[in-house]
Amino acid sequence: MRAFFAIVLRDLRLGFGAQGAMLTTLLFFVLAVSLFPLGVGPEPQILARIASGVIWVAALLAAMLSLDRLFLADQEDGTLDLLAQAPLPLGLIALAKTLAHWLTTGLPLAVMAPLLAVLMQMDTAAIPALLLALLLGTPSLSLIGAIGAALTLGTRRGAVLVPLITLPLVIPVLIFGVGAVDAAAYGLTPQPHLLLLGAFLAGSLALSPFAIAGAIKLALE
Amino acid sequence: MHALANPARFLRLMAAIRPYAAALAILGLGIGLGWGLLFSPPDYQQGETVRIMYLHVPSAWMGMSTYGIMALASAAALIWRHPVAELVAKASAPIGAMFTLLCLVTGSLWGKPMWGTWWVWDARLTSMLILFFLYLGYIALWEAFDDPSRAGRAAAILALVGVINLPIIKFSVDWWNTLHQPASVMTLAGPKIDPSILWPLLVTALGAEGYYIWVLSLRVKAEILNRQARILRFSAATDRRAG
Repeated sequence: MRAFFAIVLRDLRLGFGAQGAMLTTLLFFVLAVSLFPLGVGPEPQILARIASGVIWVAALLAAMLSLDRLFLADQEDGTLDLLAQAPLPLGLIALAKTLAHWLTTGLPLAVMAPLLAVLMQMDTAAIPALLLALLLGTPSLSLIGAIGAALTLGTRRGAVLVPLITLPLVIPVLIFGVGAVDAAAYGLTPQPHLLLLGAFLAGSLALSPFAIAGAIKLALE
Repeated sequence: MHALANPARFLRLMAAIRPYAAALAILGLGIGLGWGLLFSPPDYQQGETVRIMYLHVPSAWMGMSTYGIMALASAAALIWRHPVAELVAKASAPIGAMFTLLCLVTGSLWGKPMWGTWWVWDARLTSMLILFFLYLGYIALWEAFDDPSRAGRAAAILALVGVINLPIIKFSVDWWNTLHQPASVMTLAGPKIDPSILWPLLVTALGAEGYYIWVLSLRVKAEILNRQARILRFSAATDRRAG
């Protein structure tokens, strides 16, 4: 367990540092959402109608930004070889790195989202649902994205490939995430959507470490 | 299963099957499409446009089942390090992607006279579009590696992740569709299929299956020959350097 948290802490330090992608990711998120009022016009009704979808899609794309470096940076400087020698199972190491990725991308995105929701004229009643849905949904993005990041190790164009193979797989997160917000905006309970997001997270938490570990093993041969 | 891991034996088996698959493809597609397009009755509501279905529905079936075959072959490749299963998975992907695209295009052509628009975000069409993206991602991952043996296993992991996720995606898209628009007019085949329509449809589907096996055997053969040529090139290069 100590080794697990040591890896999380190390990646957090790297993520928050000057080299880290956390601020860039957040900035991209804010910028991408701000482009929509410029693109579709400033009418509050239209913005309120598309707010949930725009914020979710922007979060999805922002989460993809730093994914290709998740294991590649460690492979380039040899850290990944050393980590694979550690007594910790490779799946747990992958989980630790994924957790650190979520803490530096998914969590800040979720925290920033209510502010953007206000900018997008979202119904204030829907903002708690947005926050909850992002908190439940973005860990799945990191987990499935980590599979993509590990699979593209050793290819020449990981940065483009990771979103290409990951985005179709995370469509359920987008659908249930937007569903939760829209339900709350219509005055319904967002609970079924949130439960489905939780179920998706439970499934990906249980299964994706195997896929990530398999892909890393392959890359280290 | 393990006997087929020998590429030479697999090639011999494929060579034996190929003429039958080709005959099934030509006869099935010829008779089925001829029957469906020329001699089956027009639909009482859709008129002649119903004939698009004879290509559309078998394409949809093949697009979906090929992903299943790809995943099974990928599992075999990962579990037993089965070299030929890996090639079967690789060779299946472009065929499955082609059928999925054919399904999308014919669906769009059917949608224009029926729904008055080329594209509707109907649950089934959307699922097929996502399936098409999954195929493309799989093919792109294969092509991104220099070393084919690593590409094979990475792509196999992706295919397995995809096949676990596919039912969830399908469920979520159905969920999304019922939220945003009711699927009332959008049932493709209608409530009940008359035998005069069903038979040409089934014959065409059988022909499409024959076509799949035919092209698959050719693609796997080409892939095996490619690998052999690659090995020969490498050994020729090392010989030159040594001598």
